[in-house]
Amino acid sequence: MASSVVDNKSPVLRTLSTLFIIVWLIIAAFPFLWTFWGSFKVELDFFSKENWTNAIVGVRTVTETGGPFTGNGYDGAWVQEEFWRAVLNTSIVCFFVVCTSLTIGTLGGYALSRSGFRYAFWLLIIALIFRAMPPITLVAGYLLPFFEWGLWGHLSTTIIVLVAINQPFTLWMLHSFFQKIPKDLDESAMVDGCTSFQAFRYVIIPVMWPGVITTGLFSFLLAYNDFAVTAMLLSKENQTMVPKIASFLGTTQTEGNVMFAVASVVSATAPLFVLVMFFQRQIVSGLTAGAVKG
Amino acid sequence: MKHRTFFWFFLPTALAMLLFIFLPIVSVVTQSLFVDHQQVFREVENCDIFGCKNEMMIDNEATEALREAQPLGRFAGLSTYFNRSHLATTEVGQAWSGSQGWGEFLGLLINLPFYKALIFTLTFTFTVTPLLIVLGFVIAIAVNALNQKLKGVVIFFSLLPMIVTPLVGSLILFWMIDSRGIIGNTLQYLFANPDLSLKASTGLTWVMLIVYGVWHAAPFAFVVFYAGLQTLPQDTLESAMIDGATRWQRIRYVVIPHIMPLVTFVALIQLMDNFRVFEPIVGFNAEAHATSLSWIIYNDLGGETRLLSSAATTSVLTIIGVAILLSPVLVRTWRDWNRKV
Amino acid sequence: MLKKLMLAAAMTVAFTAANTTFTSTSALADGHAKCGIENGRVNIIGNEFPAIQTIGTGAKACAAGDVKISANLTKEHKNIQVPGLSGNPAEYTVAIVANSSIVPLMNDDLIRPLDDLIAKHGGNFGKNQQITIGGKVMAIGFMANAQHFVYRKDMLEKAGMEAPKTYEDVLAVAKVMKDKGIAQYPFGGAYSAGWGLAQEFNNMYLGHGGKFFKDGSAMPSINGPEGIATLGMMKKLTAYMNPDFLTMNNNEINAEWKAGNLPMMQMWGSRAGPLLTGEGSAPGVAESTVLSGPLSVAGKGIPATTLWWDGFTIAKNISDADAEASYLAMVNAIDPKIMNDDVATQAVWMIDGYKPTPASAGVFATMKANATPYPMLPYQALLHSALGAELADFLSGKESAEKTLADAEAAYITAAKEKGFIK
Repeated sequence: MASSVVDNKSPVLRTLSTLFIIVWLIIAAFPFLWTFWGSFKVELDFFSKENWTNAIVGVRTVTETGGPFTGNGYDGAWVQEEFWRAVLNTSIVCFFVVCTSLTIGTLGGYALSRSGFRYAFWLLIIALIFRAMPPITLVAGYLLPFFEWGLWGHLSTTIIVLVAINQPFTLWMLHSFFQKIPKDLDESAMVDGCTSFQAFRYVIIPVMWPGVITTGLFSFLLAYNDFAVTAMLLSKENQTMVPKIASFLGTTQTEGNVMFAVASVVSATAPLFVLVMFFQRQIVSGLTAGAVKG
Repeated sequence: MKHRTFFWFFLPTALAMLLFIFLPIVSVVTQSLFVDHQQVFREVENCDIFGCKNEMMIDNEATEALREAQPLGRFAGLSTYFNRSHLATTEVGQAWSGSQGWGEFLGLLINLPFYKALIFTLTFTFTVTPLLIVLGFVIAIAVNALNQKLKGVVIFFSLLPMIVTPLVGSLILFWMIDSRGIIGNTLQYLFANPDLSLKASTGLTWVMLIVYGVWHAAPFAFVVFYAGLQTLPQDTLESAMIDGATRWQRIRYVVIPHIMPLVTFVALIQLMDNFRVFEPIVGFNAEAHATSLSWIIYNDLGGETRLLSSAATTSVLTIIGVAILLSPVLVRTWRDWNRKV
Repeated sequence: MLKKLMLAAAMTVAFTAANTTFTSTSALADGHAKCGIENGRVNIIGNEFPAIQTIGTGAKACAAGDVKISANLTKEHKNIQVPGLSGNPAEYTVAIVANSSIVPLMNDDLIRPLDDLIAKHGGNFGKNQQITIGGKVMAIGFMANAQHFVYRKDMLEKAGMEAPKTYEDVLAVAKVMKDKGIAQYPFGGAYSAGWGLAQEFNNMYLGHGGKFFKDGSAMPSINGPEGIATLGMMKKLTAYMNPDFLTMNNNEINAEWKAGNLPMMQMWGSRAGPLLTGEGSAPGVAESTVLSGPLSVAGKGIPATTLWWDGFTIAKNISDADAEASYLAMVNAIDPKIMNDDVATQAVWMIDGYKPTPASAGVFATMKANATPYPMLPYQALLHSALGAELADFLSGKESAEKTLADAEAAYITAAKEKGFIK
């Protein structure tokens, strides 16, 4: 297959390539693995001011809890601080952000790719300029009207804002993806008497999934990781995971809370592992079909 | 597609962007042209837990009529754009006429907050973007050559820097690079310099932020390029091999041209994201050594300061900056578009 | 698969919705009014440290029947409070503020005088707790705070030195400690660029007897001999601080202390409690920690620190019923009956029945020394912010003290013109 670029290569090159991957994986995953290991220690070990090796062996963890590992961080985060509520909120936000942004994004991206008129180009450019707006300014601008109209604090408001902010990126990706789907497909359907929407519904939708899934992954990651919007626009009870983790840190770090944050970071990453493993083939084939074009 | 059909297909996404991006931009541009009314003060006696003293307070009744007549404030035109906190035309002019050479002029320029931030922002953008593209490309090539079974796990771990950043970055990485943390300590050992501290010098802070930027964004480039590699035209590759092209020549003349559109796409998105760099500066408490345009906005909006017009002005300047930065790419896209039409 | 996922998510949503309905019905069931609140809505915005959490819990205890009480105690409170109190009716009915954060609310005229409510409902608080601005009670204070000096008895004994009373003493002790190898970096302060660094400047500048503004105007007056002496002293201190001082905030300094690395530091009184209990500290640290009063500098005998209070305010743009409910809930939250051993260590409470704990020693010493309260001036925050951005250039050795102070004044004047404070 495609791997023939590097197929039948010399052993030297193969070793080099494997070595490079190993080095990269260490660089990429090390902070996370370190966090994972450290999440079972007490704060004084993980953030040891004496010797960083304490984070590995857990000197203070042994004296404080009696064993080299402790689940206190997880217990505090999940049971005492009810981290599961934040997980639930994040699932709701992610689900609706991905669905909404893909629905309106595919319609818009499809239209852009099928319109030969100049204005389609300018719309794409305007969308790009929209993306240049720093998110901090946007969020600060939302606060006053949202408070005045009683929209502040709700999950639904945050969902719409996240969808809108990410729409330029979604449009660009989906537009390039639809361009790769041959125009003959829907045009012949329309010759056969379908309306534009029917052509989209029966001809395009069945072949568009790979590209949509990839775009969906990026929307998902945005909603999952967002801090700027969720920290400012959600009330306490509607907090998603990332602002919740930040609240464990606070301006005045209360004893032990820091380790709640560390344990939550690990907990928040675990579902992504499942997701990526599950979708990795689709992600790649999606981008392939999309072959995003600049 | 007919105009009418296009309209209905495009309406939902257009509405979302109009309401949540376009209207805020309009209000930001408006805000940047106005400043607050002249405040009327009166001296009053304030008493708190610790005792009483006379202090100045704003006389809200006195300005109320003025505020109601002109809710936006005083019209200031472009003066906020040219004041010391932004383009600082007067100060730059003085620096230009008063300095002996380029070095002195740059020294004076860097002392102005906007230019100080701009210089870091541009350095960051133009080092991080090419580096992450190269790194992403190399990873993609290497992962592509891996055994099918390993790929899933390797892809997940390669994505980690993109997934778990904002909080891990500010909390755990910040600690790891401390002179007593694992990374900081290892660097001290490697460079045989026990006083080496990444946080204490401006130069090293910049390097640290740039390395972090590359680390954080390389996975994005990697995923996009990796996907592009899956669609390499096999026949071209094979004929290149039959013609006796070396591995390097195949990459240079077949693979790179094939994924060039993807490189443009990644460059476009990353130039924009890097120009708006913000999170690492706050996360690493690096503001003493490096500030960016987005950081200036954050600082102006923050807490008790609330310099709305100033923040609005910097935001507009950021958008203009991005537009200038992307103009070569946009011109290219325009040409492609016309060719197609 | 996607369909299954959707179904699962839809069910989760439905489940949550059902759950919420259930809780609210059960709240209705236990029905009668508490704290004298018949009806109304109470919503609190404030900072998130433990003492404020206690107040939030106290207010929430008044929830009953139709009276819904919620609180958003968050790090982001300063960014949210002005927009959150701006609407009509405002989202938040109560803002918990300090003497710096009440200013933006006053500037925008968002909080109401409490005189009527006090006259009507009274409350278990003293006259001194009423924060009066221009003759009207605008806030009720419930705790005091200050940055003060903290030192380690054992390490000072090792160095054979007396406990410092002035910053000059600190320099002398630090030198001995460094020379004898007792501590690598003997002094700690929250010098991280931004708010913290500017606050340290403010402290030291007041200690030098400096004035921030020219009398009766918003024009700055920091670029003078006091300002230069202040920066000089700060620079001398940084020689004995961790070289990363420009990135170290209170949390990091606190962690260094607990690890046993620091013999002397400047720290907030509100964070003293855990330093004395030893929770999370290296062995021996808590036992020899002494909370001392404020230091003075340059022989002036003026405490080089500021005093702070925290209190509650009630929004202006809400109905009178909501304001009454809010007032009653907050009065209940700061009632002397909340006091117990645990609550007592969280802060220096201004509440009757509070018996000073060892953790309050530093703040009380600061109050006794007549330190200056942080000014409630409309334009103080702008100067603070300008200093926070400019001072790092001096401390990292990039420019002279005069140049730095001139830059800070120029940055402040630009900002103050935009806000209409200066013509």
